[in-house]
Amino acid sequence: MLTVTDIQTFYGPSQALFGVNLSVKAGELVALMGRNGMGKTTTIRSIFGLTPARSGSIEFEAKDLRRLPAYRIAQAGLGLVPEGRRCFPNLSVRENLVVTARPGYWSLAGVEDLFPRLAERRYQMASTLSGGEQQMLAIGRALMTNPRLLVLDEATEGLAPVIRKEIWSAIRRLKKEGQSTLIVDKSLSELLPLADECVILEKGRTAWAGQPDALDDDIRDRYLGV
Amino acid sequence: MDKLKSETTALPSLPALPGAWFDRKGLVQIGLLALLFLAPLAAHLLGHIYYVNLASRITLIAMAAVGLNLAIGYGGMVSFGHAAYFGLGGYIAGISAYHAFDYSLFISWPLAIPGSDSMLVIWLAAILLCGLLALAIGAISLRTTGVYFIMITLAFAQMMYYFANSWPTYGGEDGLPIYIRNSLPLVDTGQPWTFFLIAFSGLLLAMAITSRMMKSRFGAALTMARLNDTRLATAGISPYPIRLVAFVISAMITGLAGALYADLNGFISPTMLSWHMSGELMVIVILGGVGRLYGPLAGAILFVMMETLLGGMTEYWKLFLGLVLLLVVLFAKHGVMGWLAGRERHV
Repeated sequence: MLTVTDIQTFYGPSQALFGVNLSVKAGELVALMGRNGMGKTTTIRSIFGLTPARSGSIEFEAKDLRRLPAYRIAQAGLGLVPEGRRCFPNLSVRENLVVTARPGYWSLAGVEDLFPRLAERRYQMASTLSGGEQQMLAIGRALMTNPRLLVLDEATEGLAPVIRKEIWSAIRRLKKEGQSTLIVDKSLSELLPLADECVILEKGRTAWAGQPDALDDDIRDRYLGV
Repeated sequence: MDKLKSETTALPSLPALPGAWFDRKGLVQIGLLALLFLAPLAAHLLGHIYYVNLASRITLIAMAAVGLNLAIGYGGMVSFGHAAYFGLGGYIAGISAYHAFDYSLFISWPLAIPGSDSMLVIWLAAILLCGLLALAIGAISLRTTGVYFIMITLAFAQMMYYFANSWPTYGGEDGLPIYIRNSLPLVDTGQPWTFFLIAFSGLLLAMAITSRMMKSRFGAALTMARLNDTRLATAGISPYPIRLVAFVISAMITGLAGALYADLNGFISPTMLSWHMSGELMVIVILGGVGRLYGPLAGAILFVMMETLLGGMTEYWKLFLGLVLLLVVLFAKHGVMGWLAGRERHV
């Protein structure tokens, strides 16, 4: 459903992406991996038109996304959970969820069922939530827009192990329900069993792509430093 | 994990909306409204017309600032040109009365539009025309942000100012008097107390609209656009039309206040369109508390009282206004309302 071909992206004069290729098929969970600074977040920013790619192509369900403004890209069916718990701190949990909602499979009840903590905190300001709850809220907010492709950027980074588990079990449930997902994460032990495809970036290029079983120690050592 | 869940469910959940009228904030708000209503009532009963008119002035300035607060405080759009709407509203009242007075036509072609001394007609015209003007100005200005937005809104307002200044038909620089206050059916608008009640209703209506709007989904989206527009865009909502609608509503409120203000003074001049006016409205919003529903009211009371009391003592009263503004900005960042009533959740 999403095909990114050879995109090159610049921050001002400095080039960050030198040719990234990746594709996500319907119902798949694709892991985008690589060490810090290799271009994972920039790739996501380019897909969403936040830092538009200067060349290459980004196609989603046969629609060219490359020259669209960010809100049109989201309307086309992409949902972003940005890095670092990006909620709207001065709005209530419910407002965060409902304001950008679009009709579809996911409703307020569905999201509150997936993350019961959000139901308990419905009327609290998002700023009073714990880091993990804010992350759940960010995921819930993206789901409420009923994206056909969900993009998670470092969804479990810096969270307590218990919360991490809760979020991973939610991601597993999403996958079981057929949600197509592109995910950036560093915890390979949880990510790899779920992933259908892996894409590894190295210095702004796609360096390796394949199925998680093919990801041997040699490749891990070379590209991921683990 | 199960243990953790049971712990969190044991926590009490907050009520839907802390709608308490009698907490600190509620009391301050009721107090301000009561002050604004009861002081002129007392003056009316004692026969001090001057103070009734002073209260009307505070009320209408507050109403204009309520409009501006919607743009600046809730929408994060720092407009330095709201005098354009305030003044246009005023000129609509003035021009309409002028033509009604000598039975001439405002426009004779393509269709004949006569003047009118009916407030209802004037209000409707002020709301519509200020909305249209704001739609045009906003559509262009909102493509910019930050200091460019401030400058471009100022530039449009100054265009209006110089246009009014150089258009002799309606008095140009000298302004235009409204000899007889425009009228409403059933009531005598010439009575100061009656006029105060009209102005007060206008202020309450403007505040009710603002409050209702900010509690709606639209209001939350406006807050999102202010806090982080890319985050809103990546959820599939373009911030631009949301801001534009809020900007237009903001201008309509300020324009209606302007139409009433012209009737209060019985006079309209380009001063109402000048950047001083925009600045004063902005000072009132900041004094009262940016993004606070009752902020413009608190700010207008403080501003007009300082102008009246200090202005009576020295013509350099703006020096003291400057000092107060400095103190507020440095030590009470959320304005008088933040200082009296505590912090607001949306700010």
